[in-house]
Parts: sequence; structure tokens; C-alpha cells
Amino acid sequence: MIAEAGLAALWIAAALALLQLFLAFLPQLESEGARNIRGVAIVQALPVVTAFACLIAVFVRTDLSVALVAANSHSAKPLLYKVAGAWGNHEGSMLLWVMILTLSGAALALLSRALAPRTLAATLGAQAALALGFYAFLLLSSNPFDRLNPAPMEGQGLNPLLQDPGLAFHPPTLYIGYVGLSVAFSLAVGALLTRDVGPALARAMRPWVLGSWIFLTVGITAGSYWAYYELGWGGWWFWDPVENASLMPWLAATALLHSVSVLAARGGLKTWTMMLAVVAFSMSMAGTFLVRSGILTSVHAFAVDPARGTFILGLLVLYVGAALALFAWRAQTVTEGTRFALVSREGALVLNNLLLSVILGIVFVGTLYPLFIEALTGEKLSVGPPYFNAVAGPLALLLAILLMVGPLLRWRRHDVRITGKLVVPMLIGAVALAGSIILAPDMSLLSRLGLTVGAALIPASLLPLFGRSLRRTPLATWGMVIAHLGVAVAMIGMASDSAFTKERLASARPGDRLVVGPYTVAFVGVAPVAGPNWTAVEALLRASRGDGSVELRPQARVFTSPPTETSEVALSTAWNGQLYAVIGQQREGAWQLRLWWKPFVTLIWLGGLMIASGGGVALLGRWWTDWRRRKVSE
Amino acid sequence: MSLKPKHQRLALVGAAIVALLAAVMLAMWGLKDRAAYFVTPTDIAAGKVAPDRFVRLGGMVEEGSLSVNPDGVTHQFTVTDGPNKVVATYRGIPPSLFKEGGGVVAEGKLLTGGTFIADNILAKHDERYMPPQLGNAVAEHAAAETVAK
Repeated sequence: MIAEAGLAALWIAAALALLQLFLAFLPQLESEGARNIRGVAIVQALPVVTAFACLIAVFVRTDLSVALVAANSHSAKPLLYKVAGAWGNHEGSMLLWVMILTLSGAALALLSRALAPRTLAATLGAQAALALGFYAFLLLSSNPFDRLNPAPMEGQGLNPLLQDPGLAFHPPTLYIGYVGLSVAFSLAVGALLTRDVGPALARAMRPWVLGSWIFLTVGITAGSYWAYYELGWGGWWFWDPVENASLMPWLAATALLHSVSVLAARGGLKTWTMMLAVVAFSMSMAGTFLVRSGILTSVHAFAVDPARGTFILGLLVLYVGAALALFAWRAQTVTEGTRFALVSREGALVLNNLLLSVILGIVFVGTLYPLFIEALTGEKLSVGPPYFNAVAGPLALLLAILLMVGPLLRWRRHDVRITGKLVVPMLIGAVALAGSIILAPDMSLLSRLGLTVGAALIPASLLPLFGRSLRRTPLATWGMVIAHLGVAVAMIGMASDSAFTKERLASARPGDRLVVGPYTVAFVGVAPVAGPNWTAVEALLRASRGDGSVELRPQARVFTSPPTETSEVALSTAWNGQLYAVIGQQREGAWQLRLWWKPFVTLIWLGGLMIASGGGVALLGRWWTDWRRRKVSE
Repeated sequence: MSLKPKHQRLALVGAAIVALLAAVMLAMWGLKDRAAYFVTPTDIAAGKVAPDRFVRLGGMVEEGSLSVNPDGVTHQFTVTDGPNKVVATYRGIPPSLFKEGGGVVAEGKLLTGGTFIADNILAKHDERYMPPQLGNAVAEHAAAETVAK
């Protein structure tokens, strides 16, 4: 019954989306419609949330007569993974996607009071058109509530790699980021339709871009850490197509974030911002297509079903094509933006946008090139770190250098010398460069430059705070400083990890001692351990250095359903880095052990979180200002 | 210097187009020698794989070919796609599904002597996940075996 209720709720939601679309585009209802359409958008959230709750309910009860549960769950799974398993598969994750899309539409209808009613109606119409396509996808080709007859005795279980607390939060976080950008897309479409591109629209769009960007940043950071400790290869970014699928919307959102600020504050970059809003959500959909179509191979590619891939590709082409056609048709009618000189804050932000767009283009081409070549010539190839690091790396460095100067420039026209301010950062950069040449002569050029620029960026990112009263500095400025500082911190972490990591790989017997970096690791012994649905061999390692010792317990796990072996990494975090231990196979009484000492590797994710929290501070600041302004006007 | 609004817009459009072209040209330049081709032992036997190039080698680990050097962490094995074989070595902890008779994708380069040095063995995460490249190689291998019988 629960499954049928969920399915019925989905149909109701689809009908409401159709109604919303009609209300938006029936001209005679213009004034009346604008009022009703908000209600419809808000009400639509109810059935979708109901459908999602039904899906979780069938997973928690392990109702094996539902095909999706039988294929992805197991009665012996811990409760957390039963709940999280609801979206750890293709159909469930698409339902989550649609639910976030609908909730975003509802929130937009609820919160955007400052927008002109006609623009809001057109925006909600665009949002309904998006939702309809994905309802159709769910109902016609990916129904999560399909029944199975007869029901099997036991489910097939969940991929053990996905049985990790990270799974419960990683996809929803990324999805909120992906789908939040749909609002920016719909706002751009709505504004182009009603010829209403201006600062008011940018102010309505900004919190959505900022919010999505925060979630994308957190999602990417968490995904990177997950890959680092779960896959056991010691790396934190693999340039895997699925990672790129989340990086591309992030790059576009980062560019959009900066250009929407110019539009909101100065009325410039109108057309460009609309274009970026369309591109950003297109990248989200392209990411969904890449991950969900099964044309990529990865842990994330749940199902290989060409019909589904074609369906999503069709939706992608339809929406992006329509938006670009609208853009081409209406771009001429967008009024001129405010002028600015080449050397100005706007000029720096344009350069920032161009660099981000070029990096986006490089990642996009590198990700799709293998698919393209295989479709065209049948030749198989893969594009990996050598390409991305060599081509995108230097551009990212340029972007970081621009980041030191950009925030110091004045709006409109800059004619004051700023070299004096940059003396300290340049000195620190020079010290870092000299230090790295003396201490680590064989560092790669990219890491060395990364370290240099990262070190210089730490003081440089604080410069916008100098010479002003800290108490009266707006929160948005604080947010910018924190985020930019996060970029510097992450860069130093990346450079340090790639340049200073020490590895020790050995076949060891209990009683052996291994030296890695500053640690001496004693291999005490192995013992069998058991979990709810796995058994494992656990090694006990005692790592000691000057300031005491820690214990590490890496495991080689065997899961019972489905029967799979995984490796559980053991980590020990110190203030200046992480010790990383993996246990391999046993051979003649000796165990393969792989140990890494990774100095300052944690700065990578700390930096990522700082970037996200900088966004959070800026968002809070905007809300606070808006709230105060409303109070004053009342 | 200040530009007229119309010129400013033109300049921005121009910059965007230049950036787009730059991205595509940079990407093509980078891809020219950095895309790792997926190769099979047959490609290597035919001399299609230049030494010291970064490639992915796919095939099956031949039964009875896997051995571990006295250091306990250097693995030697033969990758086969039916008609041809390549000897490969890998230093490290291979994924648990790396077994004799199983499929493998090894990342690395071919030495001039004909040995393949793998930096990385790609994990096959579970039975439902199989790289399509590998899927094809295994299918071809199975077909070759059927013909041989």
C-alpha cells in the first residue's frame, strides 16, 4: 500500500506542475494567475515529500515486493543504511533530485517577494517545465515504486563501498547544490521572457547561487575526503568523470557568484550573467546525465540502461536548447550595463569569469572527449590526471594570483597604486619559494608554484580588511575574506601532499618495525573482527614519534551480502598531517602493509570547508541587511 | 581608458570568444599527448604502443601467472586477451578483486623490453560494475576461446 501511495503522490505532483505551467503562460490570467501560481508551487511540495517519505518507509520495512528494495537492500543492513539506501540507487536518487527541485520552487514562491509578479510567474513557469520533464522521467522510465511478483526471500544488498556514513549526506548535499542552480536558471529564463534583467533580479538570484554554491563546495569537499579514506589509494582527487560532473557546475557557479554580484551592486554584466545562469544549471543537468546514464563507469554509475540515458539526454537537449534559443532571441533587448574601466573591480571579475570559464571548458572537453572519440571512431581512451593537471593547473594558479589583486581594486575605475599593499604577500611568497627550493629541490614545478602562490595568498586575502574598522566591515566582506583564505589554505594542502608525502610499502610480519616520515610503526599483530554484515582481519599498528604513540587498526573486510572484499583504511590525524595505513593480503605469514605520511594533507578539506563557510557568512550578512532594511522601511 | 558602452559590450563578447577558443585549443593541445589510450596485449604485439607512453592495459590475468617477488609487494603477472600476452609488474597492494583468471585494467607504461610497469591497478568495485572497455576485452577473449575450441 505504501508503494502505491507514493506512486499516486508522484502523479498528483506531476499534475500540479502541469497546472503551474499553464497558469504561468495563460495571458488572460496574468494578474490573477501570478497570485495563484505561487500557491500551486508551494502546494506541489507536499505530494513529492510524501512520495519520498513512502520510499524511505518501504526501505526501512525492507518490503521486498518492491523491485527497488529487493535489488538494493537487505534485511540485515543497519538502519542508517536502510534509510540512506533509499537514495543510494538510480530511481531513489532521481526522486530525491525531483524533490529538491520542487522544494526549491516552493521556497522561491514563498520567499521572493521583491520580484515583479510577472517575472516571478514566468520563473515559476520555467521551474514547472523543468519539474514536469523529470516527473515524466521518473514515472515513465525510472519508477521507484515498481512491484516485483513474486517477492524474493531476501534482497541483494547494497554495494559495501556505499555502506558508509558519508553516503547518507554526500548525495543529498550535492543534489541541493545541483538543483538549487535550477532556480538561477529559471530566474534567468523568467527575466529574459519578461525583459526584466537588472539589479533587482540579481538580488533575487544571488542567495540561490550562493546557497547552491555552498552545498556544492561542501559536497565536493566531502566526496573528496570520502574517496581519500574509502578507496584506499591515498589520493584525494582522481579526475574521475563523476568527480568532474560535480566540479563543472561548481566552476560555473563560482563564476556566476562573482558576476551576479557585479550585476546586483553595479548593474553591469547583465547578458553575461544570464548566460552563466543558463550554463550553470546546464552543467548540473549534464552532470546528472553523465552519472545517471550509465555511459560512465564508476561506483556512481548504478544502472546501465541506454533508454534512461537517452531520456535524460533528451531532457538536457530540450531545456538547454530552449534556454539558449531564448537567450539568443532576447539578448539584444537586454539594456546596456553600467560602464567600467579595464582596470577596476569589474575588470578583475570579468577576468575571473573568463579564467573560470576556460577551466570549465578544459574540464568539459577532457571529460567528454573519450565518449566522443569512442562514439565517432570506436577507439577507446581515457583522459586522466596528466591532462587535467597540466592544462587546468596553470590556469588555476593564474586565478589565484588574480585573487590577490582583484579584491583591492575599486569599482568603476581604479587609479591608485596598490603595489605597496602587496609587499608583504610578495615577500612571504618569495620566502616560501626559496624555502621550497632549499628544503625540497625535487618538487614538481606545479606543486612549488602552488605552495608559493598559496603562501602569498594567505596575507593577500586578508588585505581587504586592512585600513577599515573591523566592527563595521560588512559580513559579506568577511565572507569573501574567509573564502579566499580557504583557497590559500587548500592550495598549500594540495602542494604539500603532492610534494612531501612519504610512502612505505612492505610485506611485514608481526613484530616488524617500519619507518615512514617522522613515525616508527610497530606491527603488533592481526586479529579477526566481525561487524553486523561483514567479517574482517584487523591489523594492530602502533605508530610512535617524539610526542607519544597512537594505534591504527586497518582492516580487510569481507561483506556477506553481496559477497565483496573491501579495505578499511586507518587514519591518525596530527596537527601537521595524517598517517594513513592500508592492509593487503597475507602470504607465508607476512602481510602487505602500505603506510603513508601525508604532511598537512588535512588543509585541503579544511580549506574547502573555509570556502563554504565564507559563503555561509556572506549569505547571513545579506539576510541580515535585508531584514534590517525591511524593519527600517516598516 | 574608458570605452563607449557599445564598444565595451563588443570587447566583452570578444573576450568571451577568445576565452572559449583558448579553452578549446588548450584542451586539444593537452589531449594530443596526454590522453591515455586503452590498449590490449594484441595492440602491443602489433607494435601499436610506443614505449614510455601512459596507457591503460586491459585483459585477463592468466591462470598460474601471478607471482610475488621476495619483497612481498611486487606482483608479476601475465595479461592476456586470448591470442597475445604481456608480462606486467605492479608494486603495491592490488585491489581485492585482482585474481588469476579475473579481468584487470592496469595503468602504466610499456618498457622498451616489452614488460609493462603498472602504477595502478583499477579496482572493479563489485560484480555489477565493470568498465565497458574491460567488458569488451573480456567478451572478445571469450569469443576467441570459443573459436579455439
